[in-house]
Amino acid sequence: MAQKRVIVVGGGLAGLSAAMKLAEDGIPVDLFSLVPVKRSHSVCAQGGINACNEVARQQGYSEWEHFEETVLGGDFLANQPPVYEMAKMAPDVINLLDRMGVPFNRTAEGFRDLRLFGGSLYKRTHFAGATTGQQLLYALDEQCRRWEAAGLITKYEFWDFLSPVLSDNGVCSGIVAQDLRTMQIRAFRGDAVIIASGGNGLIFGQSTMSVICSGSAAARCYTAGARLGNPEFMQVHPTAIPGEDKCRLMSESARGEGGRIWVPKKKGDARHANDIPEGERDYFLERIYPKYKNIVPRDIATREIFYICEQGYGVGNGQMVYLDLTEKATGIKYEVLKKKLGGILEIYEKFVGVDPLHEPMKIYPAVHYAMGGLWVDFAKDGRPVEQGGGGMEKGNPRNQMTNIPGLYAAGEADFQYHGANRLGANSLLSCIFTGLFMGPSVKKYLSDVQKGSAADVNAFVYETRLKDQQKKYETLLKASGDQNPYLIHRELGKSMSDNCTIIRVNKRMKVTLALIDELKNRYQTRLGMPDGSTWTNQTLTFARATGDMLLLSEAITKAAIARDESRGAHFKVPDDKADRHDIPLDERAFQRDDANWLKTTLVTYKDQRAELSYEPVDTSLVKPRPRTYGKTAAVK
Amino acid sequence: MTVPQTQNQPPIVFNIKRQDKPDSMPYWQTFSVPYRPNMNVTSVLQYISAYPQTAEGEKTAPINYDVACLEEVCGSCTMLINGVARQACSALIDQMRGEKGAEATITIEPMSKFPVVRDLIVDRTRMFENLKRIKGWIPVDGYYNLGAGPKIEPRKQDSLYALSRCMTCGCCLEACPQFTLENAFVGAQIFSQVRYFNMHPTGKVDADERMEVMMGDGGITDCGNAQNCVKVCPKEIPLTESIGWIGRKATVYAVKEFLVK
Repeated sequence: MAQKRVIVVGGGLAGLSAAMKLAEDGIPVDLFSLVPVKRSHSVCAQGGINACNEVARQQGYSEWEHFEETVLGGDFLANQPPVYEMAKMAPDVINLLDRMGVPFNRTAEGFRDLRLFGGSLYKRTHFAGATTGQQLLYALDEQCRRWEAAGLITKYEFWDFLSPVLSDNGVCSGIVAQDLRTMQIRAFRGDAVIIASGGNGLIFGQSTMSVICSGSAAARCYTAGARLGNPEFMQVHPTAIPGEDKCRLMSESARGEGGRIWVPKKKGDARHANDIPEGERDYFLERIYPKYKNIVPRDIATREIFYICEQGYGVGNGQMVYLDLTEKATGIKYEVLKKKLGGILEIYEKFVGVDPLHEPMKIYPAVHYAMGGLWVDFAKDGRPVEQGGGGMEKGNPRNQMTNIPGLYAAGEADFQYHGANRLGANSLLSCIFTGLFMGPSVKKYLSDVQKGSAADVNAFVYETRLKDQQKKYETLLKASGDQNPYLIHRELGKSMSDNCTIIRVNKRMKVTLALIDELKNRYQTRLGMPDGSTWTNQTLTFARATGDMLLLSEAITKAAIARDESRGAHFKVPDDKADRHDIPLDERAFQRDDANWLKTTLVTYKDQRAELSYEPVDTSLVKPRPRTYGKTAAVK
Repeated sequence: MTVPQTQNQPPIVFNIKRQDKPDSMPYWQTFSVPYRPNMNVTSVLQYISAYPQTAEGEKTAPINYDVACLEEVCGSCTMLINGVARQACSALIDQMRGEKGAEATITIEPMSKFPVVRDLIVDRTRMFENLKRIKGWIPVDGYYNLGAGPKIEPRKQDSLYALSRCMTCGCCLEACPQFTLENAFVGAQIFSQVRYFNMHPTGKVDADERMEVMMGDGGITDCGNAQNCVKVCPKEIPLTESIGWIGRKATVYAVKEFLVK
């Protein structure tokens, strides 16, 4: 019998950690990526990675607290056993990264340094300057290079995943992919396929994500029958530099290290920020959340920033607030912050031309992270928590598997760990955790698949899927209409950004949904391909992804329209209150509604449409409670 | 096709070097792009994708270029901008206009030290292959939980971190007079990475094997010490220090080998 192989799609933190873990077990891996894996979007992560540690533990923190913060941060929408398992394994993940050479910041004595991050009152975030994602990605990239040299990992970089291949009995048995240089399309056999393709921020036009994050790989599984979970939950990060090509993230670590958010008390104050005296500044997050101050969870900080700007207090009456790292505001010396936050300070200085340690940064929220994604399963460890249970059952093949047998998902591409809102510095953890944890599960799946392994699947099945994709490619290549794919994408992005982000109102989202329909129609009937080349044609790749983004947008928008409540990042105002700026934002909106909406949204692609259904959330470990973060009463 | 209007500023003129295939002849095209505040070279390329026509009004294919993060951390969008190797995302138009005047033409070309794939896309496989040759990894004993890594003093962490920010962009190699399309020279990127791995308490287990590569064909003796590399490194990695470090270690290694043999 042929050696069983695994295909991994995506070479960020999740894909690489899955690949190296499988390789360690002697399983050959074919690794597909749009870009050299070292350039994956994980490289952009800045602030750090969370885990319980000895210092925090001696102050009363534990893996349980980490778990609890994460489900509370996610407004109780996440299934609890997987989150608990992640929090339990987090310290081991950090140790492994440490051994692999990640240059974590150190204390004077040489221990790993820690910083404060959103949604926690304990220092439990490990970091490498302000380019932690880059450093983690490089360490994993290095390990995969090691396995590549040893012949167990084969990389297919500059390849576009086009579709999974399902056998006649519906088992995922490989993929079809395209070489983006030669444009050759090929089918690959694989006994299990892991989708670790990241998020889909490109749908919103500008986001903090890399421009490769279109969500197309997940969309192509969705059209092949994989369900989406909670696609309506998109994180809008409170602090980014607005931009036309992208919004550049200013890490939460800026606030974790003492950075403060404020606006002038006087509307439209035209003075330079440094000339506004302390008493004339409104540090509104500190005023409203005296306990958590500037490190309330992201969805909350984002809405407060939106609201203060809506009331006319934004810098220069606009949509902008100050993020202040100057010594005057923080009391922290220049050199200290330079060392801890160098990476992001450089970004601000390079792109805005101002040293943020000398004058406050001007920032505004931007689309940042997809909590939702491909729905994946888990097997619960039924033992009581006291006996080591409560989390996931190690090595059970169901863990991280989509509803298509043999098709797995991990990292930002899955929906499992962050509920309705992700806490800062939990994404790097969830990506690496899922990659590592699923290794034994996938291995078990491979050993269970006796008959019907990919080598036994009829070649005809692969040829058929290959021909489908070849035909789709040729149709796109010949498209001769008047609609440029980049312009279709811009229209989509603008509407999604305007109507489906911080504040959601059904009547506005319905406008977006109608536009999506219209764009789909234009895409199908009037698309024009401005490049007819059959060699390295990026326009074609983008046009194909545009079709996928339209499908995902529909799923996001439909699910958001249906969910008549506010939970985490999904914050909905009823139609009749949409323009009632006289009512405080929180009172304007729907409240969280556990009786009707404590459930996971499932989206299935049926008759070329997004069809919604729901399943209950596993809240077996902590009972849902109100999520206030000690908010003080509104001052009129 | 309606093209958006310029805002009170003359349009920016770009001369872009294009090439359809690896073996075809390069050619130049001129593009006129409406000015907008805070533009970078990436947003210019994005504009051309949406409105793909030359300054003369001729329809053309959008320009192909490597791109991902747009915040100068992934290394993808490295190209020659006004003759200098740098990332398109952090090449700000206002700054370049400030230097050259609003009417100045901006030229964009693919890097010249790597084979062209199409337009501005070049093949940088050589950089990644060299990382494999030098065993560019920490040889850990597998991925099971074996406790924490070695304790590291903060000053050492500072040095390691500075070296570990290399994004494999290729600027140092493009600027290097010794590094050519034809030869085997590994260049500053690799010298610096060897130093990084050899400095690490676990990484140094493979130090000798890395030094073998450094002593071999295309290794440290081929470095002409022009010091161009350090001037163009966007991450300000101390590349010349790394070259000096490798040089010193190479001498020690050579003497040691001599004595052993």
